[in-house]
Amino acid sequence: MGSRVLLVAEHEHGKLNPSTAKTLACAAALGTTDIAVLAAQTGEISAQAAALDGCAKVIAVERSENAHALAAILAPQIAALAQGYDYLLMPSTTFGKDVLPRVAALLGVAQLSDIMEVVDARTFKRPIYAGNVVVTVRVPDGQMVLGTVRTASFQPRGPGAASAPIEQQSLSAALPSHTRFVELGEHVSERPDLQAASRVVSGGRGVGSAENFKVIYSLADKLGAAVGASRAAVDAGYVPNDMQVGQTGKIIAPELYIAIGISGAIQHLTGIKDARTIVAINKDSEAPIFEVADIGIVGDLFTIIPELEKLIDASRK
Amino acid sequence: MAACGAEEVVVATVGPADCQQQLRTALAMGADRAILVETGGAVQPLLVARVFAAIQAREQAGLILLGKQAIDDDCNQTGQMLAALLDRPQATFTSKLEITAQQARAVREVDAGLETIEVDLPAVITVDLRLNEPRFVKMPDIMKAKRKPLEVLKTDALKVEAPTALQTVAYETPPKRSAGAKVKDVQELVAALKQRGIL
Repeated sequence: MGSRVLLVAEHEHGKLNPSTAKTLACAAALGTTDIAVLAAQTGEISAQAAALDGCAKVIAVERSENAHALAAILAPQIAALAQGYDYLLMPSTTFGKDVLPRVAALLGVAQLSDIMEVVDARTFKRPIYAGNVVVTVRVPDGQMVLGTVRTASFQPRGPGAASAPIEQQSLSAALPSHTRFVELGEHVSERPDLQAASRVVSGGRGVGSAENFKVIYSLADKLGAAVGASRAAVDAGYVPNDMQVGQTGKIIAPELYIAIGISGAIQHLTGIKDARTIVAINKDSEAPIFEVADIGIVGDLFTIIPELEKLIDASRK
Repeated sequence: MAACGAEEVVVATVGPADCQQQLRTALAMGADRAILVETGGAVQPLLVARVFAAIQAREQAGLILLGKQAIDDDCNQTGQMLAALLDRPQATFTSKLEITAQQARAVREVDAGLETIEVDLPAVITVDLRLNEPRFVKMPDIMKAKRKPLEVLKTDALKVEAPTALQTVAYETPPKRSAGAKVKDVQELVAALKQRGIL
């Protein structure tokens, strides 16, 4: 008898979030994976989940209360769905980090955070101390394995040969009314999504102001890149929090990462360690970012970036 | 918290005896009394959540505040677990908090942006560093903190059932990225990017 995995899909605006396909890559290595879609309207999301290679079945739970991803509302439903499964996985995004521990406590079992590697059926690697140490952890026999999956560590599953069946399920779980969604202030951008982009240009405290960040946006647009930032730049109010890259922001693995005016605190480096090529632009030649950068250039970002843009334009002619 | 009209602020932690020092600092910052639940070895989030749930059963706090994740194990679980055990609301990753008599309005830092939710009290709030600037502790506050009550409890006194813990198999240092080369000007930078097939 093979193992059974339940993966809870992340979605927004009626679409599956790419984190689901990445978590599926981890899940499918562990056993037959069903994907649970909890939403007010599950149709389109379920169809997208069912199309993924490695999805055995979609379990759709459609309730008006599921319009917003509130942990207090979702957790009792997920705990009910998880009965009979050997594994329960969610992406290690703010969605999964918020919801899964609540489910774990309801089920009375310990949870793994940020699975970065599957060693064997019950043994996993995860980062601690801001990624300075990797710990191998084993889940004792006889209990369900619960974990959030570090999405940057897994390649997303693509579409499968045939769509998996979709099963509607109604759950009788009583849901609380003590938690209410008010609003989501989204920072709307035409640029690529930071967590999915193959190229990312990030700015740090060295950029100096919100106004100056336009040089970062300009270079990003020239490269077709997403824009990120260090915690220091977010703390200083230059850019919104959803642009933060690092241990408590977004963990990303782009092909190209350009760090501009970012000194390279360990918490930031944790967020980019899987990037293919790291380029650092910083006026301080001693900045720790240069210790991990594949290509570094010391100098003033306000002269380097315009010159770089000019040369990029010239090379494209 | 002391500034927002709470009748009493109790600071609590789970850990070895030397955590008393951190609790004294919190008392110097304005907390009224402290509770240390003393444990020997490492503690995992579900056990800590059960300990705090037992303390809440005793204290009946109107609001429970925690950091969003520990700086050692980076689990980011305890607050969410505690909220589940208490069957109360949770607002995680909070960077702005407004409290009225019966409710709290929390602005949460989520991947998509800033989410605002409203929760009935009592509630569990886990916070981001951006919530506020910690108070500066002055000498007289440190002196005063020494006289504030600090209760030390053992986990068995709270009759907490320990969950089956995850087993640590090994620790390793992750492979380090090695430093590449510094280029001397932008032309060299462009050449290096071209060589890697990026431009």
